[in-house]
Amino acid sequence: MGKKSKIHEDRRFRISNREALMGIGLAMINFIWWYAFAYGLGGKPVKDYTFILGFPSWFFYSCVLGFVVFSILVYIMVKVFFVEVPFDDNEEEESR
Amino acid sequence: MNWDVVLPLIGFLILVFIVGTYASKHIRNAPDFLQEYFLGSRQLGGFVLALTMVATFGSASSFIGGPGVAYNLGLGWVLLAMSQLVTGYFTLAVLGKKFAIVARKINAVTLIDFLKERYQSKWVVLMSAFSIVVFLFSAMAAQWVGGGRLIQSFTGISYTASLFIFAVSVLVYVVIGGFRAVAITDSIQGIVMLIGTLLLLIGTIVAGGGIPNIISELAAENPKLISPFGADGSLTPAFVSSFWILVGIGVVGLPQVSVRAMSYRDSKAMHRAMIIGTIVVGFIMLGMHLIGVFARVVIPGVEVGDKVMPLLALEVLPGWLAGVVLAAPMAAVMSTVDSLLLLVSSAVIKDVYINYVRPDASERRVKTLSIGVTAVIGVLVFLMAINPPDLLIWLNLFAFGGLEAAFIWPIVLGLYWKKGNAQGALASMAVGVGSYIVLHTYSPNLFGMHTVVVPVILSLFGYVLFSLLTQHRHNSANQLI
Repeated sequence: MGKKSKIHEDRRFRISNREALMGIGLAMINFIWWYAFAYGLGGKPVKDYTFILGFPSWFFYSCVLGFVVFSILVYIMVKVFFVEVPFDDNEEEESR
Repeated sequence: MNWDVVLPLIGFLILVFIVGTYASKHIRNAPDFLQEYFLGSRQLGGFVLALTMVATFGSASSFIGGPGVAYNLGLGWVLLAMSQLVTGYFTLAVLGKKFAIVARKINAVTLIDFLKERYQSKWVVLMSAFSIVVFLFSAMAAQWVGGGRLIQSFTGISYTASLFIFAVSVLVYVVIGGFRAVAITDSIQGIVMLIGTLLLLIGTIVAGGGIPNIISELAAENPKLISPFGADGSLTPAFVSSFWILVGIGVVGLPQVSVRAMSYRDSKAMHRAMIIGTIVVGFIMLGMHLIGVFARVVIPGVEVGDKVMPLLALEVLPGWLAGVVLAAPMAAVMSTVDSLLLLVSSAVIKDVYINYVRPDASERRVKTLSIGVTAVIGVLVFLMAINPPDLLIWLNLFAFGGLEAAFIWPIVLGLYWKKGNAQGALASMAVGVGSYIVLHTYSPNLFGMHTVVVPVILSLFGYVLFSLLTQHRHNSANQLI
């Protein structure tokens, strides 16, 4: 532990940890969206299904719209919350 | 021989050959041979990174096996396939910048280089290399069989001759071009896969008289085809959800995917790759599996699932266009195989030979050996694939699950949990692979979920428990992460 103070806690690692957690969070929301629409709407008897653009609504929301929504969410996550950092150690020092 | 189909294929093979030649120039001029040959000198941009990840991961099963199953089970299988959407962003977000930074700090070329530095253990290295070679070799053989059969089905020439054509085309560009050739051809192959999916989807919807018509015909035949539960009711929520581990988040543990997470140029490339990757993987998975379901209306009564996609392409598209579409599964197989080949070769050369056999080997010798070993492994796989084991998807999934159970925690926790240590990693790999093989043999689909789930959980316990138990042996905190 003694050496730790010499090697500063890399600030890039904090950013990276936060982004990893965001990735996990998004995956969990993705799963819930996918599961809830599929089995929430799709669990009914087939004769009670409603249809959107020809697809059964469970499929439309879970798979078709889900694909569009999560592509947009990934875009927002990356553009708004992800931070650009240099990867090489010497670049890091120059930038400070 | 159907020339309409064969000509686009030949064009495609010529293109990848040109790429190999181009990449080999980089190898000649690269300052560090190993970095260039096995990692493309960490120069990948966002677009190439996204496509090489998608293409490496999407294999014959996405284009041939998967649509065939969707044909028989209906929309429930498309739902299952969409669990793969998450791979488009999850791997890069989770391994993320940390993996890229750490890999640069220690100058890692392979995944095992990272594990070696992180755990400082010879046994971790040897066990990882062993798992990679065994599992990926069998996965590769299964894919080569797929490649051979594809060429056979288009050209009508014998299986062995088809396999030979396939082997030669892959070997040439991988052996001479290394990682850069693999990544660039993967991108071309990814584009071919995208275009193929789009064309065939449109063709199939038109031939089936529009989506509402197709869906109502499916419902008339068997209402369960349009339910999430599969034509025979076999797709339970637990089973389908468990694929989120096997082909979703568990992909982080696949060495052929995670090695790509240290190959990109800068954080901008990683950001772009997450966006592009999600869109591409979502479109291909949704499109190809929907095509399989829709095909049931357009070409009813196909007995062998694997034939659905080729028959459909020839049915709904004009000949030359069908050729372009049928190049897509070819591209999928090649882009998976090329990455596996290079990875197995890097495990042998970089991880075992340079680490433990001849650490002082000269640059020249390493160069000759790398190229030689890659070629020899390719030839070995070719020989294995001549008389193939029949269950392509089975072998493929077995290798998948086994590797995921072995590597997911040593990689992810190795990156984010300082207390993780070599004993934990070894326990995790042993428990993961061991329980996977035992369960697969004696009690597949335990608790109604895919076999991969329980081993992944057990290996997590193994990792944490053994790391904590042996904590006293590692009294300095890990400084790498």
